[in-house]
Amino acid sequence: MSSDVTPRVARDITAPSGPVLAVEDLSVGYQAGRGTKTAVEHISFELEPGQVLALVGESGSGKSTIGHAILGLLPTNGRLLGGSVRYRGRTISDLSGGRLRGLRGRAISLIPQDPTVSLDPVRRVGPQVEDVLRLHTSLDTEARRQRVHELFELVGFDDVERRYRQFPHELSGGMRQRVLIAAAVAVEPDVIVADEPTSGLDATVQAQVLDLIDDLRRRGGTSVVLITHDLGVAADRSDLVGVLRDGRLAELAPTAAFVQNPQDEYSRHLLDNVPARLSFVTDRSGGTPSGDPEPAVEVRNLSKRYEGHTAVDDISFTVGRGRTFSIVGESGSGKSTTARVLTGLTQATAGRVSLLGTEVGTLNTKAFRPLRRDVQIVFQNPYASFDPRFDVLSVVEEPLRSFQPAGSARRRRQENRDRVVAALEAASLPASFLHRHPRELSGGQRQRVAIARALVLEPKVVVLDEPISALDVSVQAQILELLVKLQSELGLTYVFISHDLAVVRAISVRVAVMRRGRIVEQGEIAQVFESPASPYTAQLLGAMAGRQLAGR
Amino acid sequence: MARYVLKRLMHTVLVLWAAYTLAFILLTALPGNAISNLINNPQNQLTPEDGKLLKAFYGLDHPVVVQYVRALDALLHGNLGYSLSSGVKVSDLLGDALPGTLRLTALGFVLGAVIAAGVGVGGSYARWNWLRTLLRSFPALAASVPSFVIGILILYYFSFQLHLIPAVDDGTFLALVGPAVTLGVMISAPLSQVFSASIAATRRQPFVHVLHARGAGERYIFGRGVLRNSSLPVLTMLGLAVGELIAGSVVTEAVFARNGIGQITLNAVNTQDLPVVQGVVLVATAGYVLVNLVVDVVHPLIDPRIRADILAARSKRTKRSTGSTPTGPGVDEAMSPRLPEEVAAR
Repeated sequence: MSSDVTPRVARDITAPSGPVLAVEDLSVGYQAGRGTKTAVEHISFELEPGQVLALVGESGSGKSTIGHAILGLLPTNGRLLGGSVRYRGRTISDLSGGRLRGLRGRAISLIPQDPTVSLDPVRRVGPQVEDVLRLHTSLDTEARRQRVHELFELVGFDDVERRYRQFPHELSGGMRQRVLIAAAVAVEPDVIVADEPTSGLDATVQAQVLDLIDDLRRRGGTSVVLITHDLGVAADRSDLVGVLRDGRLAELAPTAAFVQNPQDEYSRHLLDNVPARLSFVTDRSGGTPSGDPEPAVEVRNLSKRYEGHTAVDDISFTVGRGRTFSIVGESGSGKSTTARVLTGLTQATAGRVSLLGTEVGTLNTKAFRPLRRDVQIVFQNPYASFDPRFDVLSVVEEPLRSFQPAGSARRRRQENRDRVVAALEAASLPASFLHRHPRELSGGQRQRVAIARALVLEPKVVVLDEPISALDVSVQAQILELLVKLQSELGLTYVFISHDLAVVRAISVRVAVMRRGRIVEQGEIAQVFESPASPYTAQLLGAMAGRQLAGR
Repeated sequence: MARYVLKRLMHTVLVLWAAYTLAFILLTALPGNAISNLINNPQNQLTPEDGKLLKAFYGLDHPVVVQYVRALDALLHGNLGYSLSSGVKVSDLLGDALPGTLRLTALGFVLGAVIAAGVGVGGSYARWNWLRTLLRSFPALAASVPSFVIGILILYYFSFQLHLIPAVDDGTFLALVGPAVTLGVMISAPLSQVFSASIAATRRQPFVHVLHARGAGERYIFGRGVLRNSSLPVLTMLGLAVGELIAGSVVTEAVFARNGIGQITLNAVNTQDLPVVQGVVLVATAGYVLVNLVVDVVHPLIDPRIRADILAARSKRTKRSTGSTPTGPGVDEAMSPRLPEEVAAR
């Protein structure tokens, strides 16, 4: 990871010959019932050879639609309403299917969004990369195989022959993305459309994959349209940034200028809400005037083993009452297992867990039940944890009812309703939401409902398992703000679990870094972030996207 | 892999035994059988002594448990017993009828698979919208028309009106076509239904979108990706369709007046000829179970993930017995990555 901050505007290109890709006044609509719903409107930009254009925006802003329109791969109900896409001066948006097929993969290729589902599960990965060569070159079998071996070396695989013969399920997410990148660059296209190429990957893997794309771009002078929701990634990796809002380009500017001095109000709003620029912790010292508070959560030598592997391995930490303790780690680090033990969803194999003075580590689900009033959990994806047939009232009321004697529902209806409304108000939702269904709500609203459900029993400890990682940037900021407000009003203790170091820094005073079930380092945020003791923490910090944005 | 096949084979034997036993229990629980019908028929004027003699000859004077153990013992020695109504060996009876029925069901099976493939592919890829719509409505139509109706329609038009195929079994291949088409249409309904749905689901997969983005056309994508992925559910369905095929052959053989297992079954049930019914149950179960054994073995050949599951299940077992725990990067790499945010948000 280099630390250069200079914008790399087409500096490797020797003979610029006009834009390689030009989008002019592009509008795309989707057929919805009788009418047509416009997804993007009047989009124009030009891409010089070797340039990286980042298209950023929140969900529904139309950034992926632009990517698909460039490739001529709109869904069947999608339609070009106006404008054009030109490749090397030639209009390609009105080409017939066959002509366009000749360009796809050869001149303009795609790095897809989700590597876990973008490879054919029943074919070996080598032949899948060969598809591109088979379609666009006249190489024979042996030459194709040779080329795939070269490509696999290029994307950083050792033992290429073994990789060639492996199936997708035998590869990790990062490795599958490398395979997809190998296919995308196989015939050296001029433009690569990278549609959220790293959004499902861990931070260190994300950094590696983005480095790889960067490296390949630099070598071949390829231009990249990088579609991302992550402003940090955009700021670190692009020459130009286009901010999309409701299908329109709110701003299009060189990245450096954009980061330093955004012209558009919405751009400023987005930049201000990037986790790297947020801080909700006023008292960095960690102690109150009266010294450390009594512990609300105490974990000693906790281990959790599943058959065949250890998910959590001998960890210890203490969370003071009314404080926020964060656990960061990549997938498989054991942070979610820790959350499950803390909330009694699974039992510890060894060690002690004490919640508000009660020893809980070995309690089974039934014995844990009385404690559920005091300990609640909020998950990453609230929608999956709601009964789809319940309205908001039923969703939030459910924990109340489960602690009330059966048959008293009718008598308590008004009382429960009042408590639900109070909980919703605490989560900044109006009482008019009571009879809405979760599917009618946005991601942020759903997470507020999940928070209201956690609060309705008036718990003392709330475990938050990746509560904001499925949300858009500005919604993330709102939810964090809400959590901080609730903590100060209700004196809640948080155990905050996240993969995102920037978010953790914004909200907590103490942090533990987990890797392969162990806590490799814990301490005050400032100390861990400024002078990490563990090389792994340093690696995580190095891989953090958006360093260009931080510290302003 | 060999261990997997062996395990499936043991299942097969177990299923055969269970089917035989269940049939035995159900049939003996029914009141009457061919012999007691014979004895109790006043027209035959048998003395009680004659009756006892008859019962003793067929072993029916013993308690049911003894009858069962004897039958099972005989079965293990390849003896299916004797028909109660004709006295012929059941194995001879079935041996004579089986080739005809096998020819019929095999051809029906192939025709069914061909029709299903055509309807599935045509309904998804045909150039004209009207043709796609037409083909897509085929499964519902074929499933809702009873097979004897199709059989009678074929007889009426192709035998009686057009004289293209013989109306009765004259031993020629042509005589086989009518009943085979009847069976084929019948089993093609669920097959084509599943195949169409499966093709449609596969074509919505992101990896198909990625293939489009690589510049592949529909034909290329179908041949290299869609076909194999969407054939998996069809394969499972094929195994189940064999059951329908066996049941359907009874009706079809009756409609086309063909000799075969179907006819034997019909007669045996009518005369309560228990050993013959038992024999038919055994043969039908064997056919069904064997085809499903083949399906189970082919599945992992098509889908590497099932292969991996089989291997994982075995390594887990050996690990448990030795008590070792795996360490190192293998565990780490097997972890699936975090749900992508865009997907999680949906």
